[in-house]
Amino acid sequence: MSTLNLLVAVCTAYVFFLFFVAFAADRLALQGKRAWLRSPLIYTLSLSIYCTAWTFYGAVGSAARNGFEYLTIYLGPTLVMVSWWWLLRKLIRIGRTQKITSIADLISSRYGKSSLLAAGVTILAVIGTTPYIALQLQSVTLSFSVFAAQSDGLAAQDQAQVALWLSLGLALFTVLFGTRNLDAKERHDGVVMAIAVEAVVKLVALLSVGIFVVWGVSGGLTEALHRIDASEFGEWHTDRSRWAGLIFLSAAAFLCLPRTFQVLVVENDDESHLRTASWAFPLYLCLISLFVVPIAVVGLDIMPEGSNPDLFVLTVPLALGENGLAMLSFLGGFSSATSMVIVAAIALSTMVSNHIVMPIWLHLSPSGASVSGDVRAAVLMARRISIVAVVMLGYLYFRMSSGGAALASIGLVAFCGLAQVLPAMLGGMFWRGATRLGAFAGLTAGFVIWLYTLYLPSFGVGTILPMSIIDNGLFGWAWLKPDALFGITGLDQLMHALLWSMLFNVVCFVSVSLVTFPSPLERLQAAQFVNIFDHSTSARSWSGGTAQTEDLMVMAQRILGAGEAQALFLRHARRQGARGNLPAPTPDFLEALERELGSSVGAATAHAMVGQITGGMAISVEDLMAVADETAQMLEYSARLKEQSQELSRTALELRNANQKLTRLSIQKDAFLSQISHELRTPMTSIRAFSEILRDTDQMTPAEQSRYASIIHDEAQRLTRLLDDLLDLSVVENGQVNLNLRDGTLRDALDRAVSSAGIGEDGVLLDIDRDPSREGIVLHTDLDRLSQVFINLIANARKYCDAKAPRLVIRVMQEADRVVIDFQDNGSGIAPDAVDMIFEKFARVSDQKAGGAGLGLAICRQVMTRLGGSVDYLPAARGATFRVVLPYRTAMAAQ
Amino acid sequence: MSKQVLLIEDEPNIIEAISFILSRDGWSVKTHSNGADAVEMVKERRPDVLILDVMLPGKSGYDILRELRDDPDINGLPVLMLTARGQTKDREIAERAGCDAFMTKPFSNADVLETVRALAAK
Repeated sequence: MSTLNLLVAVCTAYVFFLFFVAFAADRLALQGKRAWLRSPLIYTLSLSIYCTAWTFYGAVGSAARNGFEYLTIYLGPTLVMVSWWWLLRKLIRIGRTQKITSIADLISSRYGKSSLLAAGVTILAVIGTTPYIALQLQSVTLSFSVFAAQSDGLAAQDQAQVALWLSLGLALFTVLFGTRNLDAKERHDGVVMAIAVEAVVKLVALLSVGIFVVWGVSGGLTEALHRIDASEFGEWHTDRSRWAGLIFLSAAAFLCLPRTFQVLVVENDDESHLRTASWAFPLYLCLISLFVVPIAVVGLDIMPEGSNPDLFVLTVPLALGENGLAMLSFLGGFSSATSMVIVAAIALSTMVSNHIVMPIWLHLSPSGASVSGDVRAAVLMARRISIVAVVMLGYLYFRMSSGGAALASIGLVAFCGLAQVLPAMLGGMFWRGATRLGAFAGLTAGFVIWLYTLYLPSFGVGTILPMSIIDNGLFGWAWLKPDALFGITGLDQLMHALLWSMLFNVVCFVSVSLVTFPSPLERLQAAQFVNIFDHSTSARSWSGGTAQTEDLMVMAQRILGAGEAQALFLRHARRQGARGNLPAPTPDFLEALERELGSSVGAATAHAMVGQITGGMAISVEDLMAVADETAQMLEYSARLKEQSQELSRTALELRNANQKLTRLSIQKDAFLSQISHELRTPMTSIRAFSEILRDTDQMTPAEQSRYASIIHDEAQRLTRLLDDLLDLSVVENGQVNLNLRDGTLRDALDRAVSSAGIGEDGVLLDIDRDPSREGIVLHTDLDRLSQVFINLIANARKYCDAKAPRLVIRVMQEADRVVIDFQDNGSGIAPDAVDMIFEKFARVSDQKAGGAGLGLAICRQVMTRLGGSVDYLPAARGATFRVVLPYRTAMAAQ
Repeated sequence: MSKQVLLIEDEPNIIEAISFILSRDGWSVKTHSNGADAVEMVKERRPDVLILDVMLPGKSGYDILRELRDDPDINGLPVLMLTARGQTKDREIAERAGCDAFMTKPFSNADVLETVRALAAK
């Protein structure tokens, strides 16, 4: 097996191993064992994404060429990590509370969710990262060719093939593990775990080569140090300004590079991991840079003149016949390259799809983001396409630049480009006055200068920028020469570009920010960012940020109900002319929402809720959601309570009515007993008095005797009648009455009643109006009892009708299954409060009008019930109206 | 001149009975059967003894008695109350209203005569 084939086999196996690691980690994450996956150690190792193939191979090359300058690349990130409390903690807190998905998202989010800024940063990142990806591809193909040179060499054609296959493989890996799910958190457990594993591989490889070089080649630490002393290293001077510039650059890059931002902020699972990483990551950098100088010195020593120092890590073991070690070293470089490409592709694709593809898609799609599933699918697809596009862009760049020497310095060029984001980022985090326009101006100025002075010239003189511009400046103005702006010379190209781009960037950023006014949303976001620790008591996994309106929606739905909340949001979205169904959280909308919520939960609570989500007090959104839930529950509960209390008050009312009725009944019962006593004692008084007179008086005339005896007789009869009534009621009530059923017409029964009750003893005349033609209905019933009822009703009308000319209308109506007889007088009727009492026993409408014992209607009702009919008072009619109803069955039976 | 009794009572048979008894004893008996203007009637007639029923149309006997007792012109008039309600509370109400004697129907003729005589002798 040729070395090359072995190499391909090892690469393939290694890639499969990575697939396995990522797959296993994803599975573990799905099973909820994230705690293990997300340890501070894994976080620290994943940060090593900063060290790419460029650092793996290039650090030795840099050391061989420029001495200790390579250390600056590690010093920058170390400084950043050490000062984590001041900077990184805040950055991560912001990232988490604002649900930041990328550096472009961070900038956009801070400056009022500006999509233009996001797109700008994204383009900057793509431009800056593409050569970097190309660099990784180059390093892998170079390392391939190093091995191949030992056997049969590697043609340019084959190099391209290697690069292509590698690109495809990496794109596949990234698509598989980078777009698994569209998690709001944008975390990728599988990828992070794979990166951590690769970090270990890198470190082990470099340490192994270093140990081999120190102890295997030089023969021990002392000898190695002597060797370094003896070399030119000791004499090389350091350019202080360049050192400072490089340290600044690498620190800025560590914060701003899409891939480091991805692992540092987006993939961060726990703020406290920073505490470990703050010492562990510098330690890692220290270890990885430990043997750079010995390897460089030994490489310079033993390798032939003119050999590429960038490949010493690989070529030194190979030259010394340590093929196994060389293979390990190769894997280390391969790891560095692949991990960088994977994470960069994920980070870039997130930015590209979120800030370029999706806005365009939403713009083109007529329906907008109305269906959420729709958007999810579209986002995932955009993500995948972006990944492939980013990797392929790197591949194309690699092919176009044909792996030239220009690539070697591209790392720092990219650093410098992405560092342009730094002022807007730091300014956004620490200065509330920073505005969107300021950020935009700074970024644009920095970007343009970087493009002109560094990026375009990096393609090589005469490639893109014509020679004339390099020599004479733009438009022939010498002060616009790309390598000597404003006539300042003597700086190397990188420092020159860094100085001017950062200077213009910062000046534009600050001055434009000072003269422009932030929009309300910017103000809100500025407060959120700058005072992040006041706003979030702890880092929540999700909250406001880009999803602010959604959060409002979720909350509103809980309180208002889904339908109403959606209608409200839609209405405002239409009013704002916004695409989709969600309005921008403008002050108007927030105020309206507050009002709407206020009607459900009260104004103060609504204000607190809305204020919270949009950047108010130190309560988390989750707490607020809990409040919203509780409020909804309380509303429901209070509605139930209200219902219950309504029911209770209904019951209480019924009880009160019943009690009043009982009280009235009780009073009437007392009154009745008094009445009965009176009714009984009055005739008895006469009887006793006259019987005593008859007994005790001498010399009475026969006429007197006869008169007094007849009084005694009449009063005795009166007593009997009263007792009969009482007895009658008792009998009818107890259902012991024997009905004397026989046939007869209704007319006869009425005739009897009218003749019996029409003219009272007091002589009051009652005009009775009948319609005899309708009274010829033959009934089969107890006619005596029916007459008794009629007599009662007629007598009542005579006694109680208060009209000047009392008149009683008796009307008979024959219906399908019943006969209705109405007795309507022309008096004022019965008072409403007395209506429900009149059928009660002992009831009398008033003492003043009372003529009987108050038993008449009670007896009537009992009688009618016994006859299968009813007697009722019609309260709605004019005058007192009683309705007697007989079932017609009775009438039919008679025929 | 014989002493005068005013009887305020609405039951005709009882009026006749009491009138008969007292007349035979030598009293001059005047009767009235409406409660509403009973007080005016008393003031007009100035009887020696008043016999007053409780349940009267227009105004109750208790109210009439209270009005009489509140009137300094006439408050010394001896009053015998008659009632068909024989409960203890009726007697209490009557005594509070200021009656001099109280009798429950049905009464003994002899008792009425005796009481009226006693009241007139006061």
